Amino acid sequence: MDQLALDVAHLFAGGLVLASFMLLYQDRMTGLINIFALHALVVSFSVAWQAYIQQAPHLYITAAIALVVKALVIPLALHRIIVRLGIHRTIEPVVGVGQTMLAGIGLVALSIMVMLPITAQAGTLAREDLAFALSVILLGLLMMITRRNAVSQVIGFMSIENGLILAATGAKGMPLVVEISVAFSILIALIVIGIFLFRIRERFETVDIHVLHEHRGEQP
Amino acid sequence: MALEGLLWCIATLLGTGMAAVAMARHRSASALVYGVALCACVIALAIAGGSLLTLDSAGEKLTLPVGLPWLGAHFRIDALAAFFLLVVNLGGATASLYGLGYGRHEETPGRVLPFYPAFLAGMNLVVLADDAFTFLFTWEFMSLSSWALVMAHHRRPGNAAAGYLYLLMASFGTLALLLAFGLLAGPAGGYAFDAIRSAPQAQLAGVVLVLALVGAGSKAGLLPLHVWLPLAHPAAPSHVSALMSGVMTKVAVYGFVRIVFDLLGPPVWWWGGLVALLGGLTAVMGVLYALMEHDLKRLLAYHTVENIGIIFIGLGLAAAFEANEMPAAAALGLTAALFHVFNHSVFKSLLFFGAGAVLTATGERDMERLGGLIHRMPFTAFAFLVGSAAISALPPFNGFVSEWLTFQAILLSPALPQWLLKFLVPAIGALLALSAALAAACFVKAFGVTFLGRARTEAARDAAETDRWSLASMFVLVALCLLAGILPGYFIDALAPVSQALAGAHLPRQDELDWLTIVPIAQSRSSYNGLLLFLFIALAAGVGAEAIHRWASAATRRSAPWDCGFPDASPLTQYTAGSFSQPIRRVFGSVVFRAREEVYMPPPGDASAARMHVRLHDVPWDVLYVPTAKFVSFAAERLNKVQFLTIRAYLTLVFGALVVLLMVLAVWQ
Amino acid sequence: MAVALDLVVQLGQMLVVLAAAPLLTGYVRKVKARLLRRQGPPLLQPYRDLLRLVRKEVVLAHNASWLFRVAPYLIFATTWVAAALVPTFATGLIFSHAADMIAIVALLGSARFMLALAGLDVGTSFGGIGSSREMMIASLAEPVMLMVVFTLSLLAGSTQLSSIAASMQGPEVGLRVSLALALVGLIMVAIAENARIPVDNPATHLELTMVHEAMILEYSGRHLALIEAASFLKLLLYVSIIACVFAPWGITVSGQGFTAYLTAFALYAAKLAAAGFLLAVFETVIAKMRVFRVSDFLGAALMLGFLAALLLFVSRVT
Repeated sequence: MDQLALDVAHLFAGGLVLASFMLLYQDRMTGLINIFALHALVVSFSVAWQAYIQQAPHLYITAAIALVVKALVIPLALHRIIVRLGIHRTIEPVVGVGQTMLAGIGLVALSIMVMLPITAQAGTLAREDLAFALSVILLGLLMMITRRNAVSQVIGFMSIENGLILAATGAKGMPLVVEISVAFSILIALIVIGIFLFRIRERFETVDIHVLHEHRGEQP
Repeated sequence: MALEGLLWCIATLLGTGMAAVAMARHRSASALVYGVALCACVIALAIAGGSLLTLDSAGEKLTLPVGLPWLGAHFRIDALAAFFLLVVNLGGATASLYGLGYGRHEETPGRVLPFYPAFLAGMNLVVLADDAFTFLFTWEFMSLSSWALVMAHHRRPGNAAAGYLYLLMASFGTLALLLAFGLLAGPAGGYAFDAIRSAPQAQLAGVVLVLALVGAGSKAGLLPLHVWLPLAHPAAPSHVSALMSGVMTKVAVYGFVRIVFDLLGPPVWWWGGLVALLGGLTAVMGVLYALMEHDLKRLLAYHTVENIGIIFIGLGLAAAFEANEMPAAAALGLTAALFHVFNHSVFKSLLFFGAGAVLTATGERDMERLGGLIHRMPFTAFAFLVGSAAISALPPFNGFVSEWLTFQAILLSPALPQWLLKFLVPAIGALLALSAALAAACFVKAFGVTFLGRARTEAARDAAETDRWSLASMFVLVALCLLAGILPGYFIDALAPVSQALAGAHLPRQDELDWLTIVPIAQSRSSYNGLLLFLFIALAAGVGAEAIHRWASAATRRSAPWDCGFPDASPLTQYTAGSFSQPIRRVFGSVVFRAREEVYMPPPGDASAARMHVRLHDVPWDVLYVPTAKFVSFAAERLNKVQFLTIRAYLTLVFGALVVLLMVLAVWQ
Repeated sequence: MAVALDLVVQLGQMLVVLAAAPLLTGYVRKVKARLLRRQGPPLLQPYRDLLRLVRKEVVLAHNASWLFRVAPYLIFATTWVAAALVPTFATGLIFSHAADMIAIVALLGSARFMLALAGLDVGTSFGGIGSSREMMIASLAEPVMLMVVFTLSLLAGSTQLSSIAASMQGPEVGLRVSLALALVGLIMVAIAENARIPVDNPATHLELTMVHEAMILEYSGRHLALIEAASFLKLLLYVSIIACVFAPWGITVSGQGFTAYLTAFALYAAKLAAAGFLLAVFETVIAKMRVFRVSDFLGAALMLGFLAALLLFVSRVT
């Protein structure tokens, strides 16, 4: 595979990791959703490039799904949800942003240390994409555990799926059926979570999980 | 020949110590003792320097018929020992020169004069020791004599506790070293270093490394065994503080290098990573502690901790490279660490001498009660300034050269095959850069609050310059700081035999490069030229001064400073040490020390003062030492009951022990 | 003869740098003013400012010491030497082996050390504010610089600026996201070190909002002229480093002849102009942060530096 193709793929994968870091850092709700849209955009470009260099046209469809559903539809829906929940102006106290970022760097290093020796037999592109994909997944998990707001946790969960897409396309050959089913399951999960968030908000006037935790087990 | 000369110098020192016991009360005893110590140290320095440059790889050996009957006392001088003897005796000579002036102010010379030469002798003997028993004996001798010096002013508050903690940590360190030597000697039991070298590599070599790290590291001041250092070093008289910080910690480094690089055999890759990581953490934590301090000597002691961290980073890198069979890189790491050993002893002694001068002139150690001393003590201020610039790793002084070499070793880390090391070493590099920048901040604070600004108390207003002996020793060190910074090639060449012996390679010969550049690896890769930088700076400053002189107005007028319409006559409104470090305390201290500021404002109408409290938590102390101390008290409490048993109970215990031993004997045939 | 010619070229670079520095600052100020729909001062105003300052009388505080009077010369000298060592139009000049990137950063550290001490010298609170904030910002910026140097040395195999520039011009570097990250990190450090918005406002004189200006508040006359010249040189230095490392096209090699030097110099001037324009736009678009957010800003730069190094490790794996 020629150097330019590798470099551009590396660019997109690295950009995805950078977008995951930006998700960790961002503490405003609207900004968070916009960066998530960027995250999905980068992953769709990455998949499109993979489709080009692997000559696998079905990946174009994956890229299109990622672009339309995750970079347009879901962020728009989330924007409307947070306006209706009334939390679009909150600034989340991202406790210990410095430690979170350092932990993020450590996770990236860890994923590289794990993935590269394991995949020694594979091609360069697959190795890089797998290492970065694992980092994105771990960073998404980190984001879920360091956030208090339920919507932020949902976004973290969805960024994990982007990492899975990167891994699947990098490793050459994710059938379209799998992609469609995964995408639909995420969409359903989002709708269900959205409904739950509204119910919780109605009952408890907040979606802050620390507050919710205190009221667990009580009759609403 | 050289070895005998050195042993005679040491014997002179010991003799002076013993004589001082008798005649400490005499009027000129102080001058005599320090004078003899100075001569002995200078002679030893010359011998050590000569040996470093001319000795072959085998070195010289000597065995004295003292000590254990079947072992004797082995002494040996080789390249490593010669280098460390150079460092020890340079420190000793300058401290003795300083002591000629400083010793006149000592109230209880009987508590200091006998132990000072003994301390010097002990340090020299540790470096020369060639078998485990001599090493440990002289190590303990060094610890005890320095403990006696720490306790010299035992009536001052805090000194007794400092001495107690020092004794505790020193004993703990010696225990670790004893176990390390035991493991090294192995089942054959050959304690002479030659026997250990020729034996196959010890079982549990990793355990030996950890024990050496604990034992030597506790004396050097590695995290988390550093807690005694900032209490004990300031408690001693100033020239002894300089010796303890600048020289005794280096003897501990010598112990570590001897055990790990010489006696232990080929290293494993994770040893280097562990040592370097510990060094990096020590460096950053040391300087953060120093930033929170406003006692001048304690600040300097914490800086020793930081610099020991930097030295151990170099040593760790050398071990990692050696484990991966990269001798040139290992030589670079080792040379960087050893050069920093030399540099640190020079500028740390200089800084402690300056602090001692300030203490003698004003009676104060607390920076927040000083200020404006640059007007009253100009020479001391200049020397302290050069020391501060050197320790902050600023070109063209020597601190920068050794840090640059350490950075170059770090930049070689991508060649290491182990992934953990590949990621760890750049992180350690970032820690090193952080500690260098924080050190500069700390010394701006130390120099600025103590010497600059306006005097905050009467004591600072009435200070007078110190005597010429102290100034002479300080200026000798200033000259060395500059020389080592602009002519580092010669020092690197002098270290070549040491790195050849330990790492199997040495840096390319520096003295034939044009313009006296230093090239640690290859010309295409990196080079540094201290002399050129110094000349350029001097030239640029000269051109600037000449241009100003030619075209600018020379008019100058004195006036009041800008006060924004609120003239404050009180010097207490200027920045204090605490206020200077506040931004850094907020950014770093709130995470590392859980630093919290509380401000108590009086209600409106109340004219009393507002108060600000800063709370810091010392994490190693709270997590490691306090629970251990509590556990020891608890166990002692419980075991105390054994003191008060009846006779029948004691007889039962003896009988039970006998039976158990017989059973063990029966089973373990 | 060749040695003498090389010396002349090196000397030429030193003088060029000194002459161009105030022009760069004047250009940035002009562009900023135009973006704010003002006329702005003339391009050559900084030269006039320096001339005016050297002709004025120096007013010293009563308790200013010798350090206060000597510091401007040392600050100017170290900054000028650092700026003169960075390759601007030619690599491989006779003293280029002294232009180690770590050494240049450390020279700037020396200048900052002297400046911070001068701020503390007079014994008022303003100097203290400036010095303490400046040292905090410096302590955050140094690890970032090291990570940038590490990334560059991974790619170029050297820390000498000449070698880095030469290898960046070569074909084997390619399109790398690590370089983009390192560039962003370096730009953030440059903004912090040069006291530009959003870290510090170079045009304000309110003590609560300034860092650099607070340290030099007591300086006047010829001393202030030297310090202002040093700050102009520092901006030029950082722009030159960014240009020589990340946009090295057009830098010739030493010994190519006079016309080659001239074209390379014209390209260098164009790079300076572009950088100045971008800086002015950036400063106009963004607002100044409060002081304790600078740690977040530089922390983000450190993360970018780490990420750049990590990504390089991955892409070099084969």
